Amino acid sequence: MSAENARRVLLSEWTKIRSVRSTLWTLVTAIVVTVALGMLISGLIGHNFDDLSPHERMTFDPTFISFAGTSLGQLALIAFGILVVSNEYSTGMIRASLTAVPVRGVLMAAKLAVAAALALVVGMVTSFLAFFLGQSVLGEHSTDIGQPGVLRAVFGGGLYMGLIALFAMGAAWTLRSPMLSFGILIPFFFLISGILANVPATEKVGHYLPDQAGSRVMRVMDDGEQPYGPWAGLLIMTIWVVGALLAGYAVLRKRDA
Amino acid sequence: MTGTTGDNMIEAVGLTKSYGARTAVYNLTFRVQPGKVTGFLGPNGAGKSTTMRMILGLDHPTGGSVTIGGYPYRQLPNAPRQVGALLDANAKHGGRSARAHLLCLAQLSGIPARRVDEVLGVVGLSEVARRRSKAFSLGMGQRLGIAAALLGDPQVLLFDEPVNGLDPEGILWVRNLMRRLAAEGRTVFVSSHLMSEMAQTADHLIVIGRGQLMADLPVRDFIAANSTDFARVRTPDGDEAAREALVKALGDAGGQVHPEADGALKVVGLPLPRISDLAHEADTRLWELSPHQASLEEAYMRMTQGAVDFRSTADQRAGLVQQAPAPGYAPGHTPGYAPGYAPPQQPYVPPQPPVQAQPPVQPQAPVPAQRAAGATMALGVPALPPTPPASPPPVAAPADIPEQPAPSRPEDAR
Repeated sequence: MSAENARRVLLSEWTKIRSVRSTLWTLVTAIVVTVALGMLISGLIGHNFDDLSPHERMTFDPTFISFAGTSLGQLALIAFGILVVSNEYSTGMIRASLTAVPVRGVLMAAKLAVAAALALVVGMVTSFLAFFLGQSVLGEHSTDIGQPGVLRAVFGGGLYMGLIALFAMGAAWTLRSPMLSFGILIPFFFLISGILANVPATEKVGHYLPDQAGSRVMRVMDDGEQPYGPWAGLLIMTIWVVGALLAGYAVLRKRDA
Repeated sequence: MTGTTGDNMIEAVGLTKSYGARTAVYNLTFRVQPGKVTGFLGPNGAGKSTTMRMILGLDHPTGGSVTIGGYPYRQLPNAPRQVGALLDANAKHGGRSARAHLLCLAQLSGIPARRVDEVLGVVGLSEVARRRSKAFSLGMGQRLGIAAALLGDPQVLLFDEPVNGLDPEGILWVRNLMRRLAAEGRTVFVSSHLMSEMAQTADHLIVIGRGQLMADLPVRDFIAANSTDFARVRTPDGDEAAREALVKALGDAGGQVHPEADGALKVVGLPLPRISDLAHEADTRLWELSPHQASLEEAYMRMTQGAVDFRSTADQRAGLVQQAPAPGYAPGHTPGYAPGYAPPQQPYVPPQPPVQAQPPVQPQAPVPAQRAAGATMALGVPALPPTPPASPPPVAAPADIPEQPAPSRPEDAR
């Protein structure tokens, strides 16, 4: 695999993403939803801070509050990850792609590299925007980027967004069908994961789900619920992502296109 | 590019593909030579597309191997510049413009962007190049697919049913394009289910039925070997005695006489002057005495239905047990043409499988999702009456309309 080959496959994957509106719209949606919802919730909390219980006021995490839109905004990034991969299968383009690039790993790596880089950039922009705009509406209860752990949380929020998109891509390589991918991933991350992590019977396991573990990095205040630190949480999420990608690669290698 | 012509040969050896218990392609061995258009002919569901996907390394063969220029596709050096393929005219993202679609593929293969505009011109899509391909007709989709195949100026070209959905002008254009590509010394492998189309385009034919090789021979030989001349004779309506007398006289003279649905007689094995003489001797007037040549379509159907029944027969019975044998041909037909394809009077009895035809086709075998559509399309084919290979089907319509380009059959809509 020469550098020239890698360059042209990367370029092609960039063209693929660039030339379809739906993928770009999902990225715009991710930014807008995450930031807007974060601002809304930050504003509401800021206004009603005095109504919070003493315990809530003690453990108040202004950084994490400004990321409140992530739970919804991440769905757009998941959609982006699914679309980038499963569009190839739903359209049949995958056959043309694999005819042009017969080595499976090269095509997959190039697509992942381009899409993940884009998701990461969008994630970082989203994270920093959500933080600064969220703090601006929190008023007197806000924090600033110089406080201990805050920069890590904001930077980690961007990483989280990139990783969640990458996880969706791995799942989509495995599942192939966009309908199947959406049908499994969206309900899982929107509802099921949150339920599992908050129901006493399952919370011990629920804490190790990719989004639950990964979101630990966005907290500055440790609420003591999760039995791992911010970076360990992100590592758990990374393990999930690697697992999903390996499964996707195995399917791509073994199954007929 | 490679020097010797042998380097661009497609060679399949014992190629086999099974999906669970169902065998889509069985023990195919053939060569596709450079410098010719090789037609790959078979009913829908015969395994043509599966074979093409295996040639391109998209599907893994269950057994055997297929190589291009001696390499399995995935090991082919610079594959996209060596081989171009049109597999599916719909294989494009509808939200992407024609130009962007081709640009993606060109960049994957390291082909400069100006080549994209070149091939768009070649296939006549320059004016709609920046329009989203969602709005494309099937014919435009075919042109876009052909453009994609031509991108790398490859020495080996594969086209899966390229004329589907094209208008007559488009069909002529594809035909000329194929012939020109072959004349330039390239290997051109074109699949089709239309014998009449292949007869005008291909130099060589590879015919498969139910995943097995049925014939591998020059088109000229195929026509000579499979079509028989015959005469159509019509006696005055209502004069049964004269008709009987003529049938007897013709039979005594060694002709094979087949009554046709409309009362005419189809006579095989006697020259026209001889029939005229015999009619004169039998004192029978003739309303019609006309020479006919069995159509290629008929010859081809006879070949594919003779020794080997279709896998689609088995599928049909598994999935649609309660239905009439040939619902596939009913819709979308010109009334005058339909009777020829109507279900036979006698129930369809699958021919005895020949000794060597052993793909274990289970009637219960599920059809993998991606093949189901093709298999269903082929429903009408088994509706033809099983005929002994020696004589033409008694009610086969193609004989009535020799050389007619195949009518718009349901499977064309694919």
